[in-house]
Amino acid sequence: MTAPSFRPVRRPGFAPLLALAALALAFAWHVSVGARTIPLPVVAEALLSYDASVFEHVVIVDLRLPRALLAAMVGAALAVSGALMQGVTRNPLADPGILGLLIGASFAVVLVVGVFDLAAPALIPLVAALGAVIAAMAVWGIAAAAPGGAMPLTLVLSGAAVTAFLAALVTIANLLDEQSFEQLRVWMTGSLAGAQGGVMLWALPWFGAGLVVAFAIARQVTALAMGEETATGLGLNVGRVKALALFAVVALTAATVAMAGPMGFVGLVVPHVVRLFAGQDYRQIMPWSALAGAGYLLVVDVAARMVLAPVEISTGLVTALLGAPIFVWLVRARL
Amino acid sequence: MTGYNNSDAPEESAASCLRVAGVAVGYGDAPIVRDVSLDVPDGALTVLVGPNGSGKSTLMKAMARVLPVRSGEIRLDGRPIGAMPTREVAKRLALLPQGPIAPEGLRVRELVAQGRYPHQSLLRQWSRRDAEAVEAAMQAADVIGFADRPVSELSGGQRQRCWIAMVLAQETDILLLDEPTTFLDLKVQVDLMRLLRRIAKEDGRTLVVVLHELNVAAAFADHLIMMQDGRILAEGHVERVFTAANLREVFGLEANVLRDPASGRPVCVPVVTPDADVMSRIAAQ
Repeated sequence: MTAPSFRPVRRPGFAPLLALAALALAFAWHVSVGARTIPLPVVAEALLSYDASVFEHVVIVDLRLPRALLAAMVGAALAVSGALMQGVTRNPLADPGILGLLIGASFAVVLVVGVFDLAAPALIPLVAALGAVIAAMAVWGIAAAAPGGAMPLTLVLSGAAVTAFLAALVTIANLLDEQSFEQLRVWMTGSLAGAQGGVMLWALPWFGAGLVVAFAIARQVTALAMGEETATGLGLNVGRVKALALFAVVALTAATVAMAGPMGFVGLVVPHVVRLFAGQDYRQIMPWSALAGAGYLLVVDVAARMVLAPVEISTGLVTALLGAPIFVWLVRARL
Repeated sequence: MTGYNNSDAPEESAASCLRVAGVAVGYGDAPIVRDVSLDVPDGALTVLVGPNGSGKSTLMKAMARVLPVRSGEIRLDGRPIGAMPTREVAKRLALLPQGPIAPEGLRVRELVAQGRYPHQSLLRQWSRRDAEAVEAAMQAADVIGFADRPVSELSGGQRQRCWIAMVLAQETDILLLDEPTTFLDLKVQVDLMRLLRRIAKEDGRTLVVVLHELNVAAAFADHLIMMQDGRILAEGHVERVFTAANLREVFGLEANVLRDPASGRPVCVPVVTPDADVMSRIAAQ
């Protein structure tokens, strides 16, 4: 009767069900909003009993559904990779944006598509992954050369430097040749509007592989978040877990950049909000980050299309517009 | 298992579980630890002392396979520790590193539960056995009273007890603790050392502790090791090792070694030039 009943993994209860319901609602809302608002019952009808002769059903399935799926996937990928980077590096400011992976991936895509004119959909996620890895190595290398080595502060600073440098290069290229760079707008500012079906399809394996690996190493990341020596003492193979985490982060970053370009602040902010209620166990943080990231980007994308309708704001701008104040609040409240 | 004399293999059973044989650790021409050999006494509290930079933490990290050895060998149960699966090592030997920091917001229970990591896998997640080990470890380290509070909100001594509870929950025969008492008040240091001595005495576990405070080391060690410049200069029972001559040689410290009348343990008092004022007052009495 007095046997210890404590489980470090909290019993799920109703919270995940409620969260999934909220996500489904955000998804449906996202689909219903557009140039012409389609009522929610029609959205449900189109999804459950599709009729090709109904114009609204066609709009929903061909145009709006892909965009909603894209928003959910990109949000989940960014939030999970942010959570992973924060845990493995023990750096609360780590995320694919701040450490230069996003700009590295999008710069590589812009370079290859814009300058070398290679736009094969299969290549784009691969190019994005290479760009992310090279940028990550550059950021780490610059930080490691600084006095004190690759500490959280030096990493953030060198990430900012690399980001500013690559962003300037992209802007210069854009000014030199505005016409051909119009087709590259997605990869330069971050947008959910220009997703091409081909690229999305080729990004899916990267997204899936990254997500699976991230979830599989969640228990190890919890141990690693207590420091490398402690984790080694607990029997963790630190080198292997770090390599797997790097793979997952690069794959997820590559998938999001290929599909939607760089989206700032999602990976940084969402995991911190998740930790407020899910605690410090990454077996909880990973799935909650995926859910919250997906929901957050769905809502942000609705805002991007509604606030100045019929003009649409780039979703990447809105994630930063909304993310920055949330981050300021977090810094004051938690960090 | 320990101390049991098996007549078939007297050599094996007499050997200590954790042995360091001719080990060098570090890089370049001047390794931090050089040619150190050591048989860690089973079921006893061994204390490592030495001046800053003497290599005591480095030696401990090598013993815990956090740092690789450059030459020589560290053997756990007769097997080279570097060749053993790291999870298997973690079931025999636990490490509390120097100045560990818990993630912000992590609760005491969650921290202690991390000690069960090597006993779990994807298939075997959390069992009654794990819950009991965590509970027992929290009891032993006396952290039950604040089990549900975030570690970061606790005082230095309380926090250190939580970390000790974590390595206790790992249920290993051998525990290595790197400066667990540094930066704590003397009273808190003594409380922690009492706890560690109890773990060695009552559970028969093997403890190796790096300490900074010489008198605390002398008061609690069963076995004392003095290191200087990457080498072991003196090793053995406190009585034989904690001498004025050794303190001078290892630490460059001129001190008188006295005896505490209550515990019978040696105590060192640094030699200071007599204060003329004080001397004249003593003479006057």
